Amino acid sequence: MNQPGQHIGLSTEEEKIWGILETVADPEVPVLSVTDLGIIRNVIFLPGASASVEVLITPTYSGCPAMDAISFDIRLKLLEHGYKNIKITSILSPAWTTDWMSEAGKEKLKAYGIAPPNPKQVVCDTRLFAESEAIQCPLCNSYHTKLISRFGSTPCKALYQCQDCKEPFDYFKCH
Amino acid sequence: MHHSNSAINKQNQQDKNSSWNLTLGGRGAFLLHLADTNLILAQRNAEWCGHGPILEQDIAITNISLDLLGQARNFYQYAALLKNKESGNLAGTSAPSPLERAGGEVTEDTLAYLRTEREFKNLLITELPKGDWAQTILRQFFCSVYQDLLYKQLQKSNDEQLSAIAEKSLKEVTYHVKWSSEWVIRLGDGTQESHQRMLNAIENLWPYTGEFFMPAAYENETVVGFDLTLLKRPWLEKVRAILEEATLWSPDFERGKQEAVFMQSGGKTGTHTEHMGFILSEMQYLQRTYPGAKW
Repeated sequence: MNQPGQHIGLSTEEEKIWGILETVADPEVPVLSVTDLGIIRNVIFLPGASASVEVLITPTYSGCPAMDAISFDIRLKLLEHGYKNIKITSILSPAWTTDWMSEAGKEKLKAYGIAPPNPKQVVCDTRLFAESEAIQCPLCNSYHTKLISRFGSTPCKALYQCQDCKEPFDYFKCH
Repeated sequence: MHHSNSAINKQNQQDKNSSWNLTLGGRGAFLLHLADTNLILAQRNAEWCGHGPILEQDIAITNISLDLLGQARNFYQYAALLKNKESGNLAGTSAPSPLERAGGEVTEDTLAYLRTEREFKNLLITELPKGDWAQTILRQFFCSVYQDLLYKQLQKSNDEQLSAIAEKSLKEVTYHVKWSSEWVIRLGDGTQESHQRMLNAIENLWPYTGEFFMPAAYENETVVGFDLTLLKRPWLEKVRAILEEATLWSPDFERGKQEAVFMQSGGKTGTHTEHMGFILSEMQYLQRTYPGAKW
């Protein structure tokens, strides 16, 4: 599988398509592109008279309503660039993880006011009532923060509040 | 929901006649059972939207609902794919259902919106009214603990797509188990009022937990890949540990639960409670009234 920044063995055309996908934004978190999010698993370009593009995407969460919009936006953007035979295939395994989010994406999230995901080793601590993660406030950088709810405005976020600057903020939770 | 023997025989006969059960080595029926269970529980939880006890928990229960709906879609899409690949069609039963009359391609939407009550294979526990917060929490807890065990087994399936859906779902179910366990403890070991409401919820829901472990004809080991009844012991251990911590488990209670509790069943083969028709009519109303409507 190709990770952003690791486009090894790609044709020039596929490189170009990856570049185009970098301009497709996540509709819920518009500072992130679909490549930042790490949901593009592969791009396959087949040249010829009826050249075709297949984009393999993986959902963040099973019920994420943004996935349909994302597929639509990818198709539209590729059409704009003159591609015709476009196929978008959803694959579930291996399951998406926040580990696949790009470093650039994490920085963009923080600048946008959403705390970026921690490294995966602290994902969903199953110990009950455990405050498993030290989340840094994206505004004042304090680690003195508190979990309000594990579920937020979208499936991928949790609600936190900073105990120093008192700001509530979204945390893009580990998954 | 007590059946006479003749009613059970009749049900078994219908089960055999259903074209779904005769195809795909039973896999189609099993996938629909998984999908229906998630869909109906998602629909029940979604009834809390705008009515949760506090804003954060309103958001939590509807987030869980969304996860369940997404998982249901994955199972429906896979069932539809298998069905459309097949040369056979849905016709063949004596009374064609709206799904059969619609003809054409089977999709996740036709499966959700155009099947009748007797064609739904969800667990009975999912269709019961949402009740109070205690009942909603306890049901989610029972179901999440079950799904956690079930999907861990399905992840090992040699059916790659089924395994992939299970793998994906498990990451979400982990959150559901944690959230619902914490709430069971918070309410059970909370005030006198919340404790009593949890006891009432246990009384209402316990007779519906036996169905988890009663394999339907389509859940035999060759289809499912493991013996479903083996999940009972780990389920009971986990549930007991949490209920003990929630001060809801006692020796008397345990004796009572092991003796003489009649376990309800039938959902897996389409014999539902009186609540099922109402939830379906609410959920399917628009597609039945304006067939094919899109928005």
